[in-house]
Amino acid sequence: MKSTLLIFLLSLSVYRLCAQENISPSRPQSGDIALVHGTVHTGNGEMIPDGLVVFSNGKITEVGKYAGPTKLTEIDCSGKHIYPGLISAASILGLNEISAVRATSDEAELGDINPNIRAAIAYNADSKIIYNVRSNGILLANVIPQGGIISGSSSVMQLDAWNWEDAVYRLDGGIHFNMPNLVRFSTEGDPVKDAMDQIEGVRTFFRQAKAYMHETRHEQTNLKFESVRKLFSGEQTFFVHCDLVKEMMVAVSFAREFGFRTVIVGGIDSWKITDYLKKYNISVVLRQVFTLPAMQDDDVDIIYKAPFLLQQAGVMFCISDANESSRYRNLAFNAGVASAYGLTREQALQAITLNAAKILGIDNRTGSLEKGKDANIIVSEGDVLDIRTSLVSLAFIQGRQIDLDNKQKQLYNKYIGKFGLKN
Amino acid sequence: MGILRLSPPGKFFSMLLGFLSLTFYGALGQVTFPVNGVADPRASCFALTNATIVKDGQTTIPKATMVIREGRIIAIGTSIEMPKDAVVIDCSGKYIYPSFIDIYSDYGIPVPERQRNGFDFRGPSQITSNTKGAYNWNQAIRPETDASRIFTTDDARAKLLRESGFGTVLTHEKNGIARGTGVLVTLASEKENLVIIKEKAAAHYSMNKGTSTQSYPGSIMGVIALLRQTYLDAQWYKSRPAREGVNLSLQAWLDNQGLPQIMEANDKWNDLRADRIGDEFGVQYIIKGGGNEYQRINDIAATKAPYILTLNFPQAQDVEDPNDARFVSLADMKHWELAPSNPAAFEKANIPFCLSSADLKDVKQFLSNLRKAFDYGLTESKAFEALTKTPATLLGVYDKVGSLEAGKLANFLVTNGPIFGEKTAILQNWVQGQKYGVKEEEWNDIRGTYNLAISSAAGTSNYSLEVRGSNSASVVGKDTMTTKFSFDGKIVKLSFSAPVAKKGLPTGSGDTASRTMAPRGGRMGGPRGGATSRLSGVAGGSSWNGNGEDSAGNAIVWTATFLKAGTNSQDSTRRKFPPRTGKVLFPFDGYGWEELPKQENILIKNATVWTNENEGRLEQTDVLVKGGKIAQLGKGLSDATARVIDGTGKHLTAGIIDEHSHIAAASINEGGQSVTSEVRIGDNLNPDDINIYRQLSGGVTSSHILHGSANTIGGQTQLIKLRWGLGDEDLKFRNWDPFIKFALGENVKRTTSSSNNRFPDTRMGVEEVLMDAFTRARDYENEWKNAEANNRKKGAQPITPRRDLELDALVEILNHKRFITCHSYVQSEITALLRVADKFGFRVNTFTHILEGYKVADKMKQHGANASTFSDWWAYKMEVQDAIAYNAAIMQKVGLNVCINSDDAEQARRLNQEAAKSVKYGGMAEEDALKMVTLNPAKALHVDDRVGSIRVGKDADLVLWSDNPLSIYARALTTMVDGVVYYDVDKDAAKRKYILEEKNRLVQKMLAEKKSGGPVMAAQPSFQILLSCGDHEHHDGLVTFDVSEIFENNK
Repeated sequence: MKSTLLIFLLSLSVYRLCAQENISPSRPQSGDIALVHGTVHTGNGEMIPDGLVVFSNGKITEVGKYAGPTKLTEIDCSGKHIYPGLISAASILGLNEISAVRATSDEAELGDINPNIRAAIAYNADSKIIYNVRSNGILLANVIPQGGIISGSSSVMQLDAWNWEDAVYRLDGGIHFNMPNLVRFSTEGDPVKDAMDQIEGVRTFFRQAKAYMHETRHEQTNLKFESVRKLFSGEQTFFVHCDLVKEMMVAVSFAREFGFRTVIVGGIDSWKITDYLKKYNISVVLRQVFTLPAMQDDDVDIIYKAPFLLQQAGVMFCISDANESSRYRNLAFNAGVASAYGLTREQALQAITLNAAKILGIDNRTGSLEKGKDANIIVSEGDVLDIRTSLVSLAFIQGRQIDLDNKQKQLYNKYIGKFGLKN
Repeated sequence: MGILRLSPPGKFFSMLLGFLSLTFYGALGQVTFPVNGVADPRASCFALTNATIVKDGQTTIPKATMVIREGRIIAIGTSIEMPKDAVVIDCSGKYIYPSFIDIYSDYGIPVPERQRNGFDFRGPSQITSNTKGAYNWNQAIRPETDASRIFTTDDARAKLLRESGFGTVLTHEKNGIARGTGVLVTLASEKENLVIIKEKAAAHYSMNKGTSTQSYPGSIMGVIALLRQTYLDAQWYKSRPAREGVNLSLQAWLDNQGLPQIMEANDKWNDLRADRIGDEFGVQYIIKGGGNEYQRINDIAATKAPYILTLNFPQAQDVEDPNDARFVSLADMKHWELAPSNPAAFEKANIPFCLSSADLKDVKQFLSNLRKAFDYGLTESKAFEALTKTPATLLGVYDKVGSLEAGKLANFLVTNGPIFGEKTAILQNWVQGQKYGVKEEEWNDIRGTYNLAISSAAGTSNYSLEVRGSNSASVVGKDTMTTKFSFDGKIVKLSFSAPVAKKGLPTGSGDTASRTMAPRGGRMGGPRGGATSRLSGVAGGSSWNGNGEDSAGNAIVWTATFLKAGTNSQDSTRRKFPPRTGKVLFPFDGYGWEELPKQENILIKNATVWTNENEGRLEQTDVLVKGGKIAQLGKGLSDATARVIDGTGKHLTAGIIDEHSHIAAASINEGGQSVTSEVRIGDNLNPDDINIYRQLSGGVTSSHILHGSANTIGGQTQLIKLRWGLGDEDLKFRNWDPFIKFALGENVKRTTSSSNNRFPDTRMGVEEVLMDAFTRARDYENEWKNAEANNRKKGAQPITPRRDLELDALVEILNHKRFITCHSYVQSEITALLRVADKFGFRVNTFTHILEGYKVADKMKQHGANASTFSDWWAYKMEVQDAIAYNAAIMQKVGLNVCINSDDAEQARRLNQEAAKSVKYGGMAEEDALKMVTLNPAKALHVDDRVGSIRVGKDADLVLWSDNPLSIYARALTTMVDGVVYYDVDKDAAKRKYILEEKNRLVQKMLAEKKSGGPVMAAQPSFQILLSCGDHEHHDGLVTFDVSEIFENNK
């Protein structure tokens, strides 16, 4: 008996040695699936106890109260919670495997004005981080290039793919502007003026790009101008990464001058100017709720309650998780803590599902559990926003049930085996 | 020397003084120097008569005479014999004071060129000193520097200092930690040989390494350790140990010990740190403060040190733009308001102090800032003492300077009023019997009304000239003219023009203007509106006269004759009431306290109590807190003395203990060497860190402040309790076992540096650093044992080995008196350290971070180590690619005592959530999970007899939560340490309100300052410094900056 166990464990560890390499993307959904009896959180504010979600060929066909057997393949979710897949709105997932190792870092290109740089190109669908993140319910991520002032275009990727082309959910949906800090952080020189000069450089770029587009024939093609065409046509979103009031006001000035659909990413001080943001229809991606206040005099919980303040004022916002140490896996808890500080749980959920989808321009396809949308769905053993109950046991991307295994689980099992412990 | 022509005494225009000393060298005739020309020896004897002579703070003699000869005072009094060869100067109406002494100057010393020289996590190291010669191993220890050898007279700077009343300065080279000796010189513009009063008047030290490019020390705690070690080394060097050879630096250090010891500390906490070094080695430093001492004046008084204070008060900031003002902290605003009260605070607390002109951007601000200090309650007599007797006494030169007495140097000021009067001018500053004019034009009171007669070919016109001062007068015809006037004691310049007619009024012809402006009884046309008449002349007798051109360009001659004195407005009396200001906060931060919270008896009723003891989680239970301890636990408790808190629906837990924290310290990493066990975090605590408060709001009550991971053997750690508002010593957890931080892996081998030259560069080398260090420690211990055995023998030649602070700490580890918490990640290095420990017979107390602990949990268990890990960090560097969130659960299942730590000021305020992650990853029971941030760290830190669980008799370090503490929805409502509530939601709400109101008050005050034309600087964001384990850069949420730069800039 003992030796049998040993052999079993040995075989297990050999089998598990190539950590994660055995996790494959799933085949397309075949047959209809009905999730039944679970508490359905639709992501648009609604909560349906003893609910039903049916999806077919990757699309949701029915959402509602469970009303008797469906004759479909039913998965009993009694006592569990059903949510739309979570969406990470600001991430470098897939671009950087191990932050401190330069060779694994593909997120920041050289140069200041790089609108033509495309994050999707370098997205590593085999990244071990991805599998870890998705087992916490995150099924889509907006992957953003980081370098320079205009860093390039982001793409929304679905996290179950063989390669980057396979992963693309929305290609090149946003152009990213890293606004220089408009704060006098040094007594030497005039950092604010230097920053303003750089910002004016960006403004000039867009003015010239606009003029370039007025002319249809060009002797010399400008790739950088070409890459922002859809920004002017409104098909792309202008993401401005900034935190302070002045910076956000500059962002608004860009929105007004060029008519861009504009989103603030960061927005640490966005709670100070909610009316202003609302007036100019600016949305906010709160980069990370687990952040210290900007100033020692700030309310100690200001970042935790900022989502509530934005919600109250009617500013469109979503919450993301950019933590480089835990590697973006705590998105749900960033929303959870916002709920402890004012949001309702359904609002908090919406901040990482439907709102994120809206801001990323994919809400026609995902973000909520609604008929006709992609079947991007997770099932959690308990409240997904609360750490101790957040255990995602099922997940579907476009109807495909994905493997929730990951390197960390495999190593866990390997050593549980080594020490003969109970799982 | 120019010829002094004295006019006969007369009320006005009696003097034509103002000759500056025209010859700089030779007036004091140095005999060994050859004369190029004809010898011109002079007795240089002067008698200043009829003056009010203030000999010192106590003695003022009216109508007195002072006789000086060859640079010294020979007599003072009312009836003294006048030497026949004395040049007599009538000082009627004048005051004579001893001139000021600046005890903290670098006058005449070249300013050392600063370089970027902080410890750089990524740059190459400079292990040894760049100083050539038989000097100390450390480049910042330069006690051999002798300021008298590099001092040169600097006329321009001397003049500026003299104009502010100084006559004597102690000057030294402001460079290094031991800076050598300072030289006491006068501010005479003379050959160096003649102005030096004392070649070695003081020994100087600082907490800043200056231009040293050597990597060590790279932190404030390293500076402190270096100072301590150097005291020990110097003591040891007395016996001339053969193995040391000649060490000129240590010799100079020893030689300097008899001098007054001056320490530049520059900050309230540094003052205290410096004083503690002094206490340890029997030295009382004279401490040069930083201007923020009023924030902790009781602690400062307790040092019993004399202080050197500067008057470098911050300027108001331009807060007109609210978005700029947002980043100016309330603390900085309050400091702006309260900084001028610093000297008064010292006087009130009865702390001896000197005043210095150091640190001022412009020495001209000295007297005006001093007047500001008077407004805030400093008395003039104290200021006078702080500028004369106190510095002279501290330097042991009161027999030479600091008062006016026969035999002392003739260093004195002649003023036209009481020295600190608002309108008083220093007329002359005499240094070593040499007169230097300052504002001689005000020797006589020229204020009054004069008849101004202007004659031209057309005849004479008379005007009235009203003189208000040497730069202010008006010419009055029928109306007051636009006038410019200046008088420098000799030359008068005067120009005036009729005011231009106002807009909207009929301007008429030039005739109209002429008529309007016609002088009294004038026969000629007055000046035309706008056109200017220009007059120039000299003083002579009781009138001024000269020539000029009228507004039409015609030549004129003029005379101004005194008619009557102006209204003799005496000095306005000083404001009796100091300006209204806000209060000092403890700590000095927006969230600080005006009144520190007190220990309370508290009864928490009907809470869910997580005892962490055998009783487990008790529903609807009461806990009584008395005298800072948990007094009772049970149901239906009552106590008449206790404040009752309703715990219904709430959860009560022991306070959270963070095993791995870097808050509340001025520096964290001493990375200058691979072994720095001599440095101590406890030497540089920073009670002002807002993160203390923020973490209280997350239920943290104790934090283990660790040295960073820059090197294999880091520094000694410090366990603190988060007693927000108390001083640095009071933060310390009392009676705990001392710990030390070790580190392995990428950080200590400096993987991120492309140019590492510091051993080790591999994990193989890391292990050898440990082997080597403990081998040296064991040999060192034996050396001492052998020496002590030898010294007990009668008649044996006593042996005194060198005491080595680095090895002392390691010997403590060998003897199980100090305990290791070791930053570590991968299994190979963990095992390597275990084997080193086995070899030397000690136990590794804790492995911290320990993200691969799950791989070798059995080995750690066998060894008896504790584990303290992150919940879910991974993949941020190579050595954590195998980190798993199940680590804590596996280690716990194997039987280790497991803690979850933060290593991060943000994460630390939600360690309860971090603990909950083991419920999610690995299915840990909730009570066990909570223990990982309470009882388990208490055990790992050997303090579980006092904290970590709710048991009668333990410290009342408790947190009341709104919900299950492991829930993401839980918020800490009340956090107490020792039964003192340092955080609760109501107090917090009051603080927020206070911050808003106080900040607005100060914004308005700064705006008023700007409006009134006061000096204003651009709004300067108050960045917080966040220190962390692994990086050199630090983040404050907005921008990233380099802490070494801040360290320098703060200087």
